Amino acid sequence: MSSGGPEVTRMVRVPADGSREAPIEQLVEVLHRLPGGQILVTSIENVLNWARARSIWPLTFGLACCAMEMMQAMGTRFDLDRFGVIPRATPRQADLIIVAGRCTIKMAPVVRRLWEQMPEPKYVISMGSCATCGGPFYYDNYSILKGIDTVIPVDVYVPGCPPRPEALIEGVLKLQEKIQRERRLTRRLQEAGA
Amino acid sequence: MRSLRTEELILNMGPQHPSTHGVLRLLVTLDGENIVEVQPDIGYLHSSVEKMMEHRNYTQNIALADRGMDYLAALVNEMAILRAAETLADVPVPERARYIRTIFMELQRLASHLLWLGTYGIDLGAFTAFLWCMRERELIMDLFEAATGGRLHHVYFRLGGVNEDLPPGWTDRCREFCHYFLNRLDEYHRLLTGNPIWQARTQGVGVLTREQAIAFGACGPVARASGLQWDVRKSHPYEVYDRVDFQVPVYTEGDCYARYLVRMDEMRESTRIILQCLDQMPDGEVRAARVPLNLKVPPGEVYTRVESPRGDLGIHLVSTGGETPWRVKIRAPSFVNLHALTEMMKGWKVADIIAILGSIDIVLADVDR
Repeated sequence: MSSGGPEVTRMVRVPADGSREAPIEQLVEVLHRLPGGQILVTSIENVLNWARARSIWPLTFGLACCAMEMMQAMGTRFDLDRFGVIPRATPRQADLIIVAGRCTIKMAPVVRRLWEQMPEPKYVISMGSCATCGGPFYYDNYSILKGIDTVIPVDVYVPGCPPRPEALIEGVLKLQEKIQRERRLTRRLQEAGA
Repeated sequence: MRSLRTEELILNMGPQHPSTHGVLRLLVTLDGENIVEVQPDIGYLHSSVEKMMEHRNYTQNIALADRGMDYLAALVNEMAILRAAETLADVPVPERARYIRTIFMELQRLASHLLWLGTYGIDLGAFTAFLWCMRERELIMDLFEAATGGRLHHVYFRLGGVNEDLPPGWTDRCREFCHYFLNRLDEYHRLLTGNPIWQARTQGVGVLTREQAIAFGACGPVARASGLQWDVRKSHPYEVYDRVDFQVPVYTEGDCYARYLVRMDEMRESTRIILQCLDQMPDGEVRAARVPLNLKVPPGEVYTRVESPRGDLGIHLVSTGGETPWRVKIRAPSFVNLHALTEMMKGWKVADIIAILGSIDIVLADVDR
């Protein structure tokens, strides 16, 4: 910045890479500076979390057997849709990736790229033993990854081989709880030193 | 007027694609919208099962066969690996266990075909089919769960029989389900068979001639839709298939619609087999006495085959007399059908890829093992 002019204190922080922040985040930063604004920010955050937690859209992505139970969970009896879980076919529209099944070393870069393509905030559920730690393919095996958390960060682990649909629903509910507790905005403001 | 210069385009499909039924990658060479060539890239789910089986005894291999091979037909996999071991070691199997095994394998075929029909419905834009099929599949899962304790992976069959006898009242529940299911099958026919959209998407699409089917070694419903009368249950009967009356549905068109009809008819025949088995099933032991869990299979080699929902599932087992197999080779039906797929797709439009791929009922764990 060699414009020579006086240093302008910006009300709205613009990241160095030039990307614009969402209007709600700009508003929050303004509100935060007002007296008593912290309470408002927390309230807005709660509303945002409530909305996020109840519209978790997972990526339609199955690796192996657990994907069958995932389909059953989306299907008639268990009906995961009633929790706002509506599968999307592209990572650009997804909030959640359910790693359902064993992941091979050949597949691992693909999973990583899919996760990278998802917009923030994004979450990962590791479904089943294979995705969690390699499961029955842990020993004497040269091709299966020993846990998907060596590639992408996992939020909720669902145990089972494969987990029942009820277990996956429990996992989604745990993720909802986790999202509800999140303090993304507050943390951002603290990091920005506001 | 100058002619328009065109060139071929390579389209990458997968490994993450909602309609690839797993992690299949297809490299499609397109000329405009027409498919010139399809090259499948497999190995995204290679689980090294054949190698792992060499380090586990035969009882442990049952659990591995559930997961590592075709996971939609877990009980048929168990049967395949057990049939090889039992043939080589000459293990006696009680009559009742043979009937129970047959019933479970046919229930597994129903469950697998239902899942296929549901997902094929989604592929072609018929979401109702998915919901209906899942509804009936849950009832089969309940039957499985009551007897085996598992929904998808059962580990129910054992060397010389099955793990334990059926729970009280199970046969009545199963019979009730069969009658219920036959009615539902008519419902599916009313929903899909005469549906003009369904017919437009499948009739005449992806034709595989009888000669091509033989040349590619296609098996299961894919071969039977091309006019090939080939069913391991008829040609090499195992368990009690030679004692029940059933038809092998064969269609000669070789298109996606014929493959759909073959599976629909197979579901009816499977229900018939189950009902007959329930009537004929004798009382008695379900597990041969004195068959150790770590059975030592005598040296030798054997090739056995069973009819999985996807076709001819073969196991080549070599034993050197130890507790573990020396070598297991799995002849996977999806693998050969995938090979036939490359021929089926040539000349069709890009929108037909999904219809043709879905119609061969591919399971990638079966392809890659």
